Amino acid sequence: MLNERDILETITMIQDENLDVRTITMGISLLDCCHSNLNIMCSKVYDKIHRYARDLVKTGEQIEKEFGIPIINKRISVTPAAMILASCDDRDAVKLAKTLDIAAKECGVNFLGGFSALVQKGFGPGDREIIEAIPQALAETERLCSSVNIGSTKTGINMDAVALMGKAIKKSAEFTSDKGCIGPAKLVVFCNAPEDNPFMAGAFHGAGEPDCVINVGVSGPGVVRAALAKAGDDIDLTAVADLIKKTAFKITRMGQLVATQASERLGVPFGIVDLSLAPTPAVGDSVAHILEEMGLEICGCHGTTAALALLNDAVKKGGVMASSHVGGLSGAFIPVTEDAGMIDAAKCGALSITKLEAMTAVCSVGLDMINIPGDTPADVISAIIADEAAIGMVNSKTTAVRVIPAIGKKVGEELDFGGLLGGGPVMPVSTYSPSKFINRGGRIPAPMQSLKN
Amino acid sequence: MRAVITVIGKDMVGILAKVSNECAEHNINVLEVTQSILQDMFAMIMMVDISKCDIPFTEFADKIGKIGDEMGLSIHAMHEDIFNAMHTI
Repeated sequence: MLNERDILETITMIQDENLDVRTITMGISLLDCCHSNLNIMCSKVYDKIHRYARDLVKTGEQIEKEFGIPIINKRISVTPAAMILASCDDRDAVKLAKTLDIAAKECGVNFLGGFSALVQKGFGPGDREIIEAIPQALAETERLCSSVNIGSTKTGINMDAVALMGKAIKKSAEFTSDKGCIGPAKLVVFCNAPEDNPFMAGAFHGAGEPDCVINVGVSGPGVVRAALAKAGDDIDLTAVADLIKKTAFKITRMGQLVATQASERLGVPFGIVDLSLAPTPAVGDSVAHILEEMGLEICGCHGTTAALALLNDAVKKGGVMASSHVGGLSGAFIPVTEDAGMIDAAKCGALSITKLEAMTAVCSVGLDMINIPGDTPADVISAIIADEAAIGMVNSKTTAVRVIPAIGKKVGEELDFGGLLGGGPVMPVSTYSPSKFINRGGRIPAPMQSLKN
Repeated sequence: MRAVITVIGKDMVGILAKVSNECAEHNINVLEVTQSILQDMFAMIMMVDISKCDIPFTEFADKIGKIGDEMGLSIHAMHEDIFNAMHTI
């Protein structure tokens, strides 16, 4: 039987501590839309997305109201565009991008992910066309998100792709400089990209996935911070970890409930729940503030990596029993411009890119939503990608880079995107040149860790 | 199917009457009521049966929420499963 305290706890979590389901993402396979004629393929793509996802937003809103849980985003992920573009004689990737964007708009979702290519070992048909089209595609669409996987533990790192992606990010910022450089905020470069990730901008529907699937991403940094605040300063770190586990369990159970409900109502199989603490720029929804609640003066000081490691591990341990299938990125996110605490820490200089890089070794994603100076050369961006990919490759984990060159802006100036993407200061990067290293090209061989068989 | 209605806010005359009246109007049976004062705030929790509710539950949740707004209270009607999911293993 339910008791009063439990009921009020849930209400407080939702009302005061920003507990929500961050996203219901419908993954749709477009493999059966392949056609040698691009126009025919685009119309098949549009039809299939519309047919499968037209009720997604409505169903999400129904669940939201019935259960009283805010569901912030309803989104779509599709088969990496390069895979289907490969079937066309005319590989006009921008046309496909625009089709996906229109389909997203018609279904009422705010983002559609999957303008993607998987090139960790080399370029297949369609891959180069997608990568080359990214800057223009992101500039001429509104809801499209793009990602490129350039490395994995099994394959090593494709440094030719790393070099191309540095240029693509730079160009994407230039192409959208009149729109606050929004392009690269919708572009993620991955190592070990998960194929069932519900979170944007890196979501795509992997080749091993079913025809259609529902994946859910939970959130709730505010709830974890509030639980720690209530527990006070006297508990030791073992008790802190236990408390986070218990809180993560509750958050994830809510996600699991929403996922099963959405899957039943839409008649689509349930895929996974992504156990992530995803912050937003809203007050009280910050991962940095959890770390500070643990006892750090400010996020970015020494001790941050250890605190984040504890948090990330406890979130997984708590969440894994609460869900029947766990997947995606699952861990704590540290997107700088989307987290009020990180923004403050970056502004006052406590949080640097080098510290963030260390943090990415112990949490779920990578260098995420970081504004860098607009005059940063493309090969420096490539080197940032290579460093992150190396961390992911060696540690058998997902890492990613989503940096935004703030065109025309220098260190300390601010770049704002608004909404969930937030905004923040331009952070300094090393100005020494990695140019020769990046331009060598080739592949960094897979590490010993890949030889597990 | 059961739902939980929670009312949180400043205590005043007629809260229970108003909420239970709204339930009766839509054929919702009140199964259990508990109320307490929590940190100077009035907190009432009602367990109700919504299986014979004559309007979609989402509509009822909206209506009851609006009554709360009018009275300066926070009223939520939520499906029971959310609490079961979060607080029982």
